[in-house]
Amino acid sequence: MREVDLAVVGAGPAGLSAAIEGAKRGLRALVIDRNPKPGGQLIKQIHKFFGSREHRAGTRGVDIAQDLFREARDLGITLMLGWEVYNLQPGRLQVVRSSFGETSDESPEASIAAKKIVLATGAEENAFYFDGWTLPGVMGAGAAQTMTNVWRVLPGSRILMVGSGNVGLIVTYQLLQAGADVVAIVEAAPKIGGFGVHAAKIRRAGVPILTSHTVVRALGESRVKGAVIARVDDAWQPVVGSELTLDVDTICVAIGFRPNTRLASLAGCRLTNSSVLGGWVPIHNGQLETTVPGIYVAGDVSGIEEASTALEEGRLAGIVAASAMGKTSEHDQQQLQAIADRLCSLRGGPFCQPIQDAKSELVELGEEVCPKE
Amino acid sequence: MRVTHHPILGDLPDSREIKIQVDGKEIAALAGEPIAAALAAAGISVHRYTSEKSEPRGVFCAIGQCTDCVMTVNGVSNVRTCITPVIPGMTVETQHGVGQRRDP
Repeated sequence: MREVDLAVVGAGPAGLSAAIEGAKRGLRALVIDRNPKPGGQLIKQIHKFFGSREHRAGTRGVDIAQDLFREARDLGITLMLGWEVYNLQPGRLQVVRSSFGETSDESPEASIAAKKIVLATGAEENAFYFDGWTLPGVMGAGAAQTMTNVWRVLPGSRILMVGSGNVGLIVTYQLLQAGADVVAIVEAAPKIGGFGVHAAKIRRAGVPILTSHTVVRALGESRVKGAVIARVDDAWQPVVGSELTLDVDTICVAIGFRPNTRLASLAGCRLTNSSVLGGWVPIHNGQLETTVPGIYVAGDVSGIEEASTALEEGRLAGIVAASAMGKTSEHDQQQLQAIADRLCSLRGGPFCQPIQDAKSELVELGEEVCPKE
Repeated sequence: MRVTHHPILGDLPDSREIKIQVDGKEIAALAGEPIAAALAAAGISVHRYTSEKSEPRGVFCAIGQCTDCVMTVNGVSNVRTCITPVIPGMTVETQHGVGQRRDP
């Protein structure tokens, strides 16, 4: 059995940051991810990030992923890529290989003993149950983004985007960049959901954004051959007679994410429901520790936010996990304060205030129900 | 359709071309890419058929989360093709239902 101080599940911005801060304080850290490439969802973010210098504004997500990977490697952090955690409890994880090796002499299973565990398992895309939603060619907008930007294969040539939040807008733009034709964006709400700066780029590219519209049906037998859209009324119901058939081969769904809490549930972490944070989230205290001692959460698993907040939560989890093992560095207090300040500023502003409130409420609950040392 | 030129990412880097078998037919794949990428590039979008109604399913999440894209790979059922890299000579089959149990 492999023994480490800190095992992190998920090699995205939160997970890598947690491992990096832990390793900087002398922890033997290990990161496990089912995907063959490190970086989580950063690797498909080919746009430049907004925000402040501390959050790598002006840098593309894919480059941030590279930097985190290099830093982790230089610190001697072990990366188990292509491995899936299928069971865990405080102090121990069991993993199985999630892909085929070129040779079969390596064991496909392993057990890992870890003094502390950080779950940075991220999020999953929400589905939308319209008629035909399971047809091949209907996929998450994030899936289309992965295929296009990471694998360099377009999932289709004529695309309907459902949802005008930032993901819908950004992925639309990136599909256009890769040479696809995005026929339209439909948005059930009467207003565009994402930032005006993204929407303006889409409008300039000539893609119509149809507000108060939704998709009602995917056409096709074995693959999307078209989409029927319709106007929706004030009660969000499709208006009979307003249907329009679009000639598309792909329908991308960008209607939000929910935290990927499966491993947290498996470990016995108590969850609570928060619509602002994307659904069920593990209850955690201000140290990001869950109701199961020794298991921490960081990033989207503890509430849907941004890569920038995931980086900060990951750092926080790494520092507090190290501190709980008696490994500190002299500037820990200042660093923790700086992280708290940056999280506060990231969660400020009218767009993010509901998240700040929901997070505060979650932490309050955590302080109440998480076991005290 | 492969994205060979890209305004941000540049030209598609040279990758070794390999062959895999899909339902008995040989298709080209690029070393290191997941099976689902090779299938999409070859225009294949049905990965499996559901057990009760035999409905087609393809890629939904592309990050190993949803298991919609599973196929039978080298005789092993329920392999997530979106996170499983291709290997030369790999056999990939459209999966019907929940697949076959393979006793060790």
